[in-house]
Amino acid sequence: MSEIPETGREIRGAGVSPQALDDWFAREVLPLEPQLMQFLHHNWRNKADIADLRQDVYVRIYEAAQKQIPSPARPFVFAVARNLLIDRLRKAQVVPIEAVADVDILGFASDAPNPERSLAARDELRRLQGALERLAPRCREAFVLGRIQGLSRTEIAARMGVSEDTVTEHLTKGMRALANILYGDDHGRTP
Amino acid sequence: MSEAFETGAMEIEARAAAWLERRNFGRWSEEDEAGLDAWLAGSPAHRVAFVRLSTAWERAGRMAALAPEIPAQSVPPFRVTGPFLFRIAAVFAVLAVIAAGAIAYLEAPRERTYSTAIGGRELVKFADGSRIELNTNTVLRARMTTSERVVWLDHGEAYFEIKHDAAHPFVVMAGAHRVTDMGTKFRMRRDKGRLQVSVVQGRVTFDTPDSGKLSPLEVLTPGDVAVATAKSVSVRRESAQDLTDQLSWRQGVLVFDHTTLAQAAAEFNRYNTDKLVIADAQLARRTIGGTFPTNNLEAFIGVTQDLLGLHVKRSAHAIVISR
Repeated sequence: MSEIPETGREIRGAGVSPQALDDWFAREVLPLEPQLMQFLHHNWRNKADIADLRQDVYVRIYEAAQKQIPSPARPFVFAVARNLLIDRLRKAQVVPIEAVADVDILGFASDAPNPERSLAARDELRRLQGALERLAPRCREAFVLGRIQGLSRTEIAARMGVSEDTVTEHLTKGMRALANILYGDDHGRTP
Repeated sequence: MSEAFETGAMEIEARAAAWLERRNFGRWSEEDEAGLDAWLAGSPAHRVAFVRLSTAWERAGRMAALAPEIPAQSVPPFRVTGPFLFRIAAVFAVLAVIAAGAIAYLEAPRERTYSTAIGGRELVKFADGSRIELNTNTVLRARMTTSERVVWLDHGEAYFEIKHDAAHPFVVMAGAHRVTDMGTKFRMRRDKGRLQVSVVQGRVTFDTPDSGKLSPLEVLTPGDVAVATAKSVSVRRESAQDLTDQLSWRQGVLVFDHTTLAQAAAEFNRYNTDKLVIADAQLARRTIGGTFPTNNLEAFIGVTQDLLGLHVKRSAHAIVISR
């Protein structure tokens, strides 16, 4: 017995509900983050700007999708990223515009099946485990106790022998680092 | 606003993490919920940051789903004291056990849940050629495998276009009722203890297995609409036009034809978070006709104001129509 896979989903209708929009964003856009980060790193010299650029790309995508959800997502995501970089460069007035015109989106924007979405369950699990292993030890301990074992903040504090505020700190750091690792930002940005 | 450069993505992410941590681990009151909503509404940058973190959080939680399956004895309790590294090792011992179960769990064909928010609509296509379209505010679970195809309509409305396979019938369960496809297109709507099944093409059988009594097996053909409540099942014939109107939501519109204001308001209220209220019973019986976008309350309100000369009063989440 094997599963009959889904071959596609389309969100219908003009007015997009916030929930549907969030779901779409999580399902279609976030899995592209590794390639998006790669694209940004490839095309932007100042690495300190990357997190802000990523956020601005996401904001532009989200705002556009409120009116109509673009389908397929991938070419749209990279078109937005490219336009954003061009806008930034123009504003910075450091590069003549013609040099910017060919900001490289080749190889990023094709609507090939998204590798992330076809991840086998085993790979997904390995990835989650790998991600957990990369957290700082205390952070990981708090995260595992809280997320996997389902302990409360008070219980985690007691087990780890630290204050609840410290647990909160570990957990929030863990959440942020895990998102970066899961979405494949391998460029060493740990909060 | 797109120019979030000055806002600082890292600061926003930190705020989003703080909200998420509080929602999962802190005391969470209605005021907190309202505070979070306000923060999210404040900027799309806030919203995307929050969606991103909470999605990663959910993914990590897939492993948590397996924790109950861990036999208590074989796992060293977490009350491990001793050197720091030993405690970490204990964490990983648990992770390894989780992992073993998780692989089996994640690889087994499982129920998938599909849902839409109020006003949402989604089409799901399957590799066998079947398609399911979910209307507003619907929850549906599906177990689609090469040996069985079962869907549970928990609530809401869906339109099914099923590739027939005599060896592996497609079955929809709605509470105690069962609809079995025999190569067809049909619509089901389940709300407030009432189930409606309309057949557009082909045939379905309709029955109530496990009800304790011998349940009659109805065979429904195009134009048949079965209505089942806890007490009764009835079947009536409807015209092709009526069937088309029932499915107009697939085009994002509601079609009214001699529809009472009460019914029209109830329909709109399925699609919108701002609720229409018809002030009195006599007014509620007046009828109306026309085609309206499901998500455009204003168009409908405009008609009631201009054509019917009714009064409209708006409050926070309600729109009251009166004479």
